[in-house]
Parts: sequence; structure tokens; C-alpha cells
Amino acid sequence: MFSFIFRAIHGFFYEIGKYFLLLRLMIARPEKASMYWKETMRQMNDIGVGSLIIVCLIALFIGAVSAIQFAYQLEGTFVPLYYTGYIVRDMTIIELAPTITCLVLAGKVGSNIAAEIGGMRQKEQIDALEIMGVNTAAYLVMPKLIAAVIVIPMLVFLAAIVSIMGGYIAAVPTGMIGHDAYVLGLRSFFDPYNVFMMFVKALVFGFILTSVSSYQGYFVKGGSIELGRASTNAVVLSDVIILLADYFITLLMT
Amino acid sequence: MIRAVDIKKSFGDVEVLKGISTTFDKGKTNLIIGRSGAGKTVFLKILVSLFQPTEGQIFYEDTDITKLNKRQLIEIRKDIGMLFQGSALFDSMTVEENIRFPLDMFTNMTRKEKEDRVNERLEVVNLEGSNKKYPGEISGGMQKRVGIARSIVLNPKFLFCDEPNSGLDPKTSLVIDELIQQITVDNQITTVINTHDMNSVMEIGEKINFLHMGKLAWVGHKSEVLDSDNQLLQEFIFASPFLQRLRDKALGK
Ligand SMILES: Nc1ncnc2c1ncn2[C@@H]1O[C@H](COP(=O)(O)OP(=O)(O)O)[C@@H](O)[C@H]1O
Ligand SMILES: [Mg+2]
Repeated sequence: MFSFIFRAIHGFFYEIGKYFLLLRLMIARPEKASMYWKETMRQMNDIGVGSLIIVCLIALFIGAVSAIQFAYQLEGTFVPLYYTGYIVRDMTIIELAPTITCLVLAGKVGSNIAAEIGGMRQKEQIDALEIMGVNTAAYLVMPKLIAAVIVIPMLVFLAAIVSIMGGYIAAVPTGMIGHDAYVLGLRSFFDPYNVFMMFVKALVFGFILTSVSSYQGYFVKGGSIELGRASTNAVVLSDVIILLADYFITLLMT
Repeated sequence: MIRAVDIKKSFGDVEVLKGISTTFDKGKTNLIIGRSGAGKTVFLKILVSLFQPTEGQIFYEDTDITKLNKRQLIEIRKDIGMLFQGSALFDSMTVEENIRFPLDMFTNMTRKEKEDRVNERLEVVNLEGSNKKYPGEISGGMQKRVGIARSIVLNPKFLFCDEPNSGLDPKTSLVIDELIQQITVDNQITTVINTHDMNSVMEIGEKINFLHMGKLAWVGHKSEVLDSDNQLLQEFIFASPFLQRLRDKALGK
């Protein structure tokens, strides 16, 4: 029993140690800046353009559902109906856009990264790069991280806008709230600090999902079963850490 | 020349290599042979420092590479080319981009110079005109040849090949073997080849290291194989009754 607990704790710290080792190895002067640049561009395209549709779709519905829900609940209360716009805006900016978007991206981008790097490990492509003299931790992970911390905040910003639009589309044409009321709500009690917090969250979440997924792929062993497991672990672990980080950022920043 | 001194390697409690000392000569195709699981790949990966040995040293000329730090290792790796068992080509790049990759990463050659170098290497491996194909679109034998082209694009002094013939038919195997031998002799490279293919042993076995149960069981030239009275070697090379009959006939028994 004690040996089981000991092994579990040992395993936990061993993994954490390896994760930070990967991050440390990653920080090095690029062999060739232009090659890293090219790879970063490719990743920005993969992560950004490749995720546009799913991110917008989800944001649209989240905004729509929030608006309908709050318009319904505020009806017949002393809280004015125009609060709907205000609530949708702040919920989106503070919580829904960064967190939901990044949870979705952990599933889409994270699993993809783990599978790509893990596949390269298994097919000895990482060894091949090492033999050439490439710092694989840097070449395979850094461009992804840089791309992610640039593109994911942009995606989150877009998600916020689409979500607020979604709220409008769901509530205004259907006559639940008037155009003027919704817009008045959007313009009430606006605190730019919340937008700042949204970007902080997006940046941190983007870093988490990319680095955790890269880590899962980089150290994969064995065959296709292990690769599948690494890909799943990448998503689950990223999700859990994102939610924890969300909690702590909210605690620290509000 | 490469020299291995008393190399031992364990994974956990399992000792895979139990003290191997040998040399690999310049301008020759040096072979490491042995059954699947004998430890050939592990040994090769220790030779290129992808694995650290549990004990022992590896000398490249006079440098002990097991003592190098990461930066020194990267320096020495510029002189190393390696062909992997599954070719290890980058899936998202064309044949041309694969071969050009080391040039892109490590040289300041112009676009034209790189193009010429790539085409020249494609010619060496008889793949002229396959520039724009993707690894998924060509046969296993062609992938191996692209892998060879990529491994020699920076003019290495040391070339390592892990089972260059695995998964290929005997005819294609022979082409690959002869190609590697020709490159080795032409450029006076120190080449080390892992194989369990008995055709390769008899064709290009200029210095054969026979690995058995983690130990070096026999070392010699291909011309010495037939007459050797090493029982383990005989069982390994002439594994089938058919080959045994051929051997016995050749020896006039
Ligand atoms: N990374 C590793 N971890 C643990 N055991 C390994 C590892 N790599 C190889 N082995 C073991 O070492 C032995 C030799 O493997 P290998 O060198 O691949 O054989 P081969 O001669 O077929 O190339 C095998 O029993 C294998 O299971
Ligand atoms: Mg092997």
C-alpha cells in the first residue's frame, strides 16, 4: 500500500521533471532562424486557420444560448431586460470565450500535436533530426508554442465577438429583447480590465495545451496503442490543467 | 575509424550488451550482424550517441563521444549520416525537401547550389526526377534510397545504416547494398551497417561483427565465413536446410 503511494508520487514528480526538462531544452539558439520562422508560420496556419470554423460555431451557440437563457430569466423581475447584453458580454469575455475555446482547442490542436510529434518519435524521425545535429526539443516544440501564444489569443478574441453576436442574433430578431436594449446592455458597465484578463487567460491556456501536448508526444514509446493513449492524455491533462489555471488566474486577478 | 571499448548496456535489469570491443575501418563496409533482438540497433544507437552506454567508450578517431556535452555532440554529428530502419523520412515534405533539409538547416548555400546538390545526390541513388513526390507515394526501396541521399547530402565522414534491406526483395536489397558500398569507397567513409540479411553479409561483409546474446561471437571477412568452424555463426548464416546443402556442396562435402 505504502509502496503504491510512493510509486505514484514518484511517478508524478518524475513526469513533472521531464516536462520542465523539455521546456528547458527547448530554450536554445535556433540552428537557422529562417527554418524556425517557416515552421512557426506553418503552425500558425494549422492552429489558427484550421480552427476558425469550430471556434466560431461553438462561440455562436454559446452566445445564443446565454442570451436566450438570461432574457428568459430576467423577464418579470426587477432587473431590467437590457442587462441581458451586459451579462452575455461579461460572461463571454471573462469565462466562456477563453475557457471553452481553449478546452475545444485542447481537443483539436492538442491531440493533433501529440499525434504528430509522437508519430515522429515512433518512426525515428526525431532520431533522424538529432543525428543531423538538430535540437529537436527546440525545433519541434518552440514554433508550436510561439504560434499558439500568438494565434490562440486571436481566436479567443474572435470567439468573444462571435459569441456576443450570437446573443444578438438569438435574442433580437426573435423579439425577446429590442435592438436598443441589447446594445445598451453591451455598452453598460464596461471594464477594459476584463478584456485584459481574457487575453491573459488565452495566452496561459494556449501555452498549457501546446506544451502539455508536445510533451505527451515527445516522450511517447511503443506503438499505435501508446500513441493513441498519448493523444488522449494530451487532451485530458491539458483540460484539467487549463481548468486549474482558470481558477487560479481568476482568484489572482479579480 | 571508430573504436568501441567494452560497451555494456542495460535497460533496467536486462543486460542487452555485455561488453563489446571492436573497430570499424575507414573506406570499408563494416557489418554488425545477428538475430532479431540481438542488440544491433541498441549498439548502433550507442555508436551515434542516441543512447548512452552503461559502461564503455566510443572513439571517433581520438575523440571519446560518450564524454561530450550537447554542443560538442552537435558539432560531431555534422560528420554523421544515418539511414534508419524505416527510412525516417519527414512525411510532410517532398523527396527534394527531405534531402535538402540538412542543407537548409546547416548551410548558407544559395538556392541554386542546394538544388544542384540535391539533384546530384538523387542521381547517385538513381532517383532522378522524383523530386516532387511525397514519401507516401513511393515504394519502400525508393524511400530507402531517399534516406541514403539525405544521409550523405552533407558529405559525412561516418555513415550508419540500420537494416538497410529490411522489407525489401533480394534484388532491391542488392541494389541498396552496392549503393552503400560504392558511396563508402568513393568517399572513403567509415560505414557501419546493421543487418540480418545473409546476402548482404556475403556481398559487402568486409568486416563482419557477429553479435550473439549481447557478446561479440565472431569477427571476420566475408571470405572467411564459409570456412569458419564457429558453430553459432554457421547456424545464423546458413539458417535453412537449403542454404546448408548449398554450403556443403560448395565445400565439396
Ligand atoms: N529503449 C529500450 N528500452 C528497453 N529495452 C530495449 C530498448 N531498446 C531495445 N531494447 C531491448 O534490447 C534488445 C535488443 O534490441 P535491438 O537492438 O532492437 O535488437 P536488434 O538486434 O533486432 O536490432 C531487445 O530485447 C529489446 O527489447
Ligand atoms: Mg534492429
